[in-house]
Amino acid sequence: MTKLWMGVLTAAALSASASGVAAAADTITVASWGGSYQEAQSKAFFKPTADALGITIKEDTTNGLDDVRLQVNGNAVKWDLVELGADECARGTKEGLFEKLDYEVIDATGIDPKLVHDDWVGITFYSVVLIYRTDVFGENGPKTWADFWNVEKFPGRRALGGAFATETLTVAAIADGVPLDQVYPLDIERALKSLEKVRDHVDAWWTSGAQAMQLIKDGEVDMASIWNGRASTLKAEGAPISYTYDQGVLNADCMVIPKGAKNKDVAMKALAMFLKPEIQANLPLYIANGPVNLKAFETGKIPADKVAEITSAPENAKKQVLMDPSFWADHMIEAQEEFDNLIQQ
Amino acid sequence: MTAQVADMGVLADRGALNSARLTQDARRESLTFLALCSPGLILVGLIIVLPIGWLFWLSFFDESGALSGANYARFFEQRSYVRTFITTFQVAFLVTGLTVLIGYPLSYMLSQISRRAAAICMIFVILPFWTSVLVRTYAWLVILQRKGLVNTWLMDLGVIDQPLPLAHNFTGVIIGMTHILLPFMVLPLYGSMKSIDTDYLRAGMNLGASPTATFWQIFFPLSLPGLAAGIIMVFVLCLGFFVTPALMGGGNVIMWAMRMEQTTSLYANWGAGSALGVVLLAVTLGLLALFHRLMGARATSVWGG
Repeated sequence: MTKLWMGVLTAAALSASASGVAAAADTITVASWGGSYQEAQSKAFFKPTADALGITIKEDTTNGLDDVRLQVNGNAVKWDLVELGADECARGTKEGLFEKLDYEVIDATGIDPKLVHDDWVGITFYSVVLIYRTDVFGENGPKTWADFWNVEKFPGRRALGGAFATETLTVAAIADGVPLDQVYPLDIERALKSLEKVRDHVDAWWTSGAQAMQLIKDGEVDMASIWNGRASTLKAEGAPISYTYDQGVLNADCMVIPKGAKNKDVAMKALAMFLKPEIQANLPLYIANGPVNLKAFETGKIPADKVAEITSAPENAKKQVLMDPSFWADHMIEAQEEFDNLIQQ
Repeated sequence: MTAQVADMGVLADRGALNSARLTQDARRESLTFLALCSPGLILVGLIIVLPIGWLFWLSFFDESGALSGANYARFFEQRSYVRTFITTFQVAFLVTGLTVLIGYPLSYMLSQISRRAAAICMIFVILPFWTSVLVRTYAWLVILQRKGLVNTWLMDLGVIDQPLPLAHNFTGVIIGMTHILLPFMVLPLYGSMKSIDTDYLRAGMNLGASPTATFWQIFFPLSLPGLAAGIIMVFVLCLGFFVTPALMGGGNVIMWAMRMEQTTSLYANWGAGSALGVVLLAVTLGLLALFHRLMGARATSVWGG
């Protein structure tokens, strides 16, 4: 009996150590936002990359910059690549939380230079768009943020993002008539003044994508700002809603290698793969978020009828404002505090 | 007489002898108890006192790690902090008051009916108590929102023309939190009411007191320890509530715990959040001390106060 157990244990130990040796160099862990988004990413980015490089990509989920800060400062980095919001990347840079990226390995052509930095790079696009219920407004609902602000012409209940001052203040500036190409650098004072005008007519300030969806789906509000991925899910579910990319706020997610990552070199190669136009072109096949590398649209992999639905497709990108993450790295805290002072009453 | 005195002298001597031994025994006993308690005390020290002390310490440093009062100054510089603080206490007082108004008669009824009936009624208090707060909050949202059950029914019945604003505002938060915290009021109250000896009440009636007088002069004072325990429990739980105000408030009701989360992540600094915790703890302890004096030491003694 004892001998048998010893045998089993030895075999287990041997196989564990053997796989450990093989895996040590070629396994990386990527953390992203989870949910349907990460599922899509897994099929579009992670699996093809793992196959092409002959490595294993383990997945984890993150809540954002706080997690990375905790791991780096606590000297316990367990992720090799992490996806964050672009403004988080810009803030993390200032705190020195990331490894430098090697642009000999990573080819950044086709990516907006605003999203290519020493230690972070854009990975996908999403948008903040205006959504309204068609059972309330028919097809003639609010089409612009100025319409959303116009409570006489478009009476009804409203919701705006309450936790993300960066997005809501951008929207407020557009509503006040700032031309799309002049929104950044943002006039925060003007945006706050604009927001004050609509503040008392906003019935809910959502703090998560799921909450924004629920508000509009249950008819709790008639119009709202919402992330395009959530809007397209609502549409697919058959909710009576309409939205376009007109005056949308185009925002990027980014990827970083946390400082002290154990498999930095493999992570660099994997990141380079994620950003290749052919791999980037896979994403819209699974979810409405857009490739950050615009060369993806030249690969011919994305069906023509899909292109019109993608937030970063050149036709759609033209109608939107590109959020400037570097601007927010410097102004985020004061803007968020003033924003909270305004909406928390 | 002399013999007696002598006897007493002997007794006193024996007493002195005894007292030395008794003191020794007592000391040994308390040392034994201390030794028995020490694993617990060390555990509490390690997992509660130490981390909290560390967080307090951190609150006096800014992002760069320099000693500063910035984390506390913010409290006065930004309007939203004071507003959030006031909202938190408004909600806590209101919810505590409502749970007393609903919980006291309910517990009284439960304590007067037969054990069997009380057990059945208790299920309705306990079952929601076992259900996740998140689930119950979403259930309230389904019931109270603009196109929810209540508004749909009332509109169909023609009672109202416009939906009542019941969710995504202060009202919704109060309704949701009152429901969720009610068991914390009912359970201690029921326990203390059940232990009141009914002979006292009969004696009171026997001596000519009216039922109202019996209730207010005998029953109510005897139920005070349970009431005090319930009030303290509900009030303190209210102050730290997160999920229900976050969902039912629709971003219009920001409570202190939500503020802490926002601040900690915005400033990338534990101290920023922990300063808010220190302020809340200080004000709460002050209020509890006040409550302790108002209710009298006897009533709150169940809490070891």
